[in-house]
Amino acid sequence: MSLLFKKNKQTEIQIDEFLDLVIKGGLIFKQAVRFYLQGRREEFESHLRELCETEEKGDELRRQIESKLYLRTLIPESRGDVLGLLESSDKVLNQTTETLMQFSVECPVIPEDLHPVFIDVSEYAVSAEEGMVKAIRAYFRDLAAVRDHVNKVLFYRKEANKSAEKFKRAVFGGDLRLSHKIHLRYFAYHIELIAEEAEDVCDRLSIATIKRYI
Amino acid sequence: MIWFFLTSGLFLGWSLGAKDAANVFGTAVGSRMVRFKAAAAIASLFVILGAVVEGAGVTETLGHLGAVNAIAGSFTVALAAGLTIAWMTRARIPVATSQAIVGAIVGWNLFTGSPTDLGVLSKIVATWFISPLLAAIFAILIYLLFKFVLGRARIHMLRLDAYTRAGLIVVGALGSYTLGANNIANVMGVFVPASPFHDIHLFDLFTLHGTQQLFLLGALAIAVGIFTYSRRMMLSVSNDIFTLTPILALIVVLAHTIVLFLFASTGLKSLLISLGLPSIPLVPVSSSQAIVGAIFGIGIVKGAKGVNFKLLGKIASGWVMTPIFAALLTFVSLFFVQNVFEQEVVHHPAAAEERTIVPETAAGEEAIALPDIAPKAVAPANRDSEPTSKAPAALPAAPAESRAGNDSMITTKSSNLLPQPIN
Repeated sequence: MSLLFKKNKQTEIQIDEFLDLVIKGGLIFKQAVRFYLQGRREEFESHLRELCETEEKGDELRRQIESKLYLRTLIPESRGDVLGLLESSDKVLNQTTETLMQFSVECPVIPEDLHPVFIDVSEYAVSAEEGMVKAIRAYFRDLAAVRDHVNKVLFYRKEANKSAEKFKRAVFGGDLRLSHKIHLRYFAYHIELIAEEAEDVCDRLSIATIKRYI
Repeated sequence: MIWFFLTSGLFLGWSLGAKDAANVFGTAVGSRMVRFKAAAAIASLFVILGAVVEGAGVTETLGHLGAVNAIAGSFTVALAAGLTIAWMTRARIPVATSQAIVGAIVGWNLFTGSPTDLGVLSKIVATWFISPLLAAIFAILIYLLFKFVLGRARIHMLRLDAYTRAGLIVVGALGSYTLGANNIANVMGVFVPASPFHDIHLFDLFTLHGTQQLFLLGALAIAVGIFTYSRRMMLSVSNDIFTLTPILALIVVLAHTIVLFLFASTGLKSLLISLGLPSIPLVPVSSSQAIVGAIFGIGIVKGAKGVNFKLLGKIASGWVMTPIFAALLTFVSLFFVQNVFEQEVVHHPAAAEERTIVPETAAGEEAIALPDIAPKAVAPANRDSEPTSKAPAALPAAPAESRAGNDSMITTKSSNLLPQPIN
């Protein structure tokens, strides 16, 4: 019996570590975008590498958790939901990495007057991601708190959309070349996607939470 | 020959193991919280312990209802009950072993003209209503307690999973123990008066009474039923009445266990009596009824939206049909066994009288049992009356003297299970 408790405890720690990585990924992304806008390429590239490593660790950890949940038949009734949540939150982490990689490869030129709006988009997107992780943690320990965190995620996703719209309107209302405008829109859209993915996870989480109420 | 007659009891035990173990471990195994082999091993061990250690009290009550005193009669009663269960199960009607055996005993009483103790019968029938009701109440209370505690404790889902597994195993073991204690009377109770076993003394430390050996045999049959057939029942354990999660299953089995314990524990009864409180009758209650009551209670407290009332109606109709069908089948079967196979299904009254005229050698212990047996021996014409009310105080006591001194447990019980007078 103590072995069972020990195994469960190990998996519990791994899930927490995985969620820590998702949070860390968001923070690295936010900081890296700032460095990019400030023209600090070396620090930006170093953050990108760190984010790639974090994502790899996250993938590895997720696979370990999945195999443990199946092999040890832990939480049989909620296993599908938990695995779905971990996979979706891993997608959010992948999205942040992919977006940052695009900055490194495509080197978009963002007009200085649009920097504050662009930072807003990325900060709201990362806040949505952080809210998502808090909601997932609450799903494991405190069901009553899930709803509060989910509502925060929805709020930040809307704010991210609004800021992205503002950014796009400013870009397309300016004197830039059309190709440049389309290029910048593409980046705003990809940062928005982080918040959208976080919202999808929360939609899934809301249903899983209802199923967990006794 | 006696071993052949015991086969019907063993068949009944097998069917009880196959059917009722699913009540205790069904959801745990079905939801893969507990592996079947572990569940079967735990259930078998604790059913055997419950039957041997604490099966006596309930058996005594069943003995009061009708003392089936000939082995062929016992065989027929157990067989009719077993066939009733098989038929009802085949017709997909949930059935209770307790009801089948009680109906069969009443059928034997009717066929042999033995009096049915209406007091005991009404006590048993009352539990058919009380036990599901009590189980529902316990389930609701435990559910509310769990909800309160789990809402505040903030236990991690994985740790809760481990606690639930541990709980399902512990409560399953307790449930199996109470199932053995309470339901062994259904399986082997009718064979007690004709038990072929004698006491076994082990190194002057421990005595395994004849009745306990009989119960052990019945419990082994239950264990065989658990290992050979209950897997199918457990894996297909229906969530028809209301869908259960592992935590809800834990609550349901806990409520079921408490109810069976209340109606099986001789220790609890003695404690209540010693405290001057009204005691709970030791009556064989149906494990299935308790489970259905508990699931219904959970369904109600969760808003009754998911409760399948149509199925509940079908189950309730099965509870009415089972004892009636078992009584009828026993009556017809006894006719055939007695007249076609020429087997003695009841001891002749003359034999009973012979057994009651006994010796001054009756020891003090038997004399204590006297008031119970005396009226049955002396009032053959008075079938419908309360037999104990006219007990002559000084009749010589009886048949247990042959075992006196080496089977005190049977002595006490057999005094209640004496041959009934027949006209």
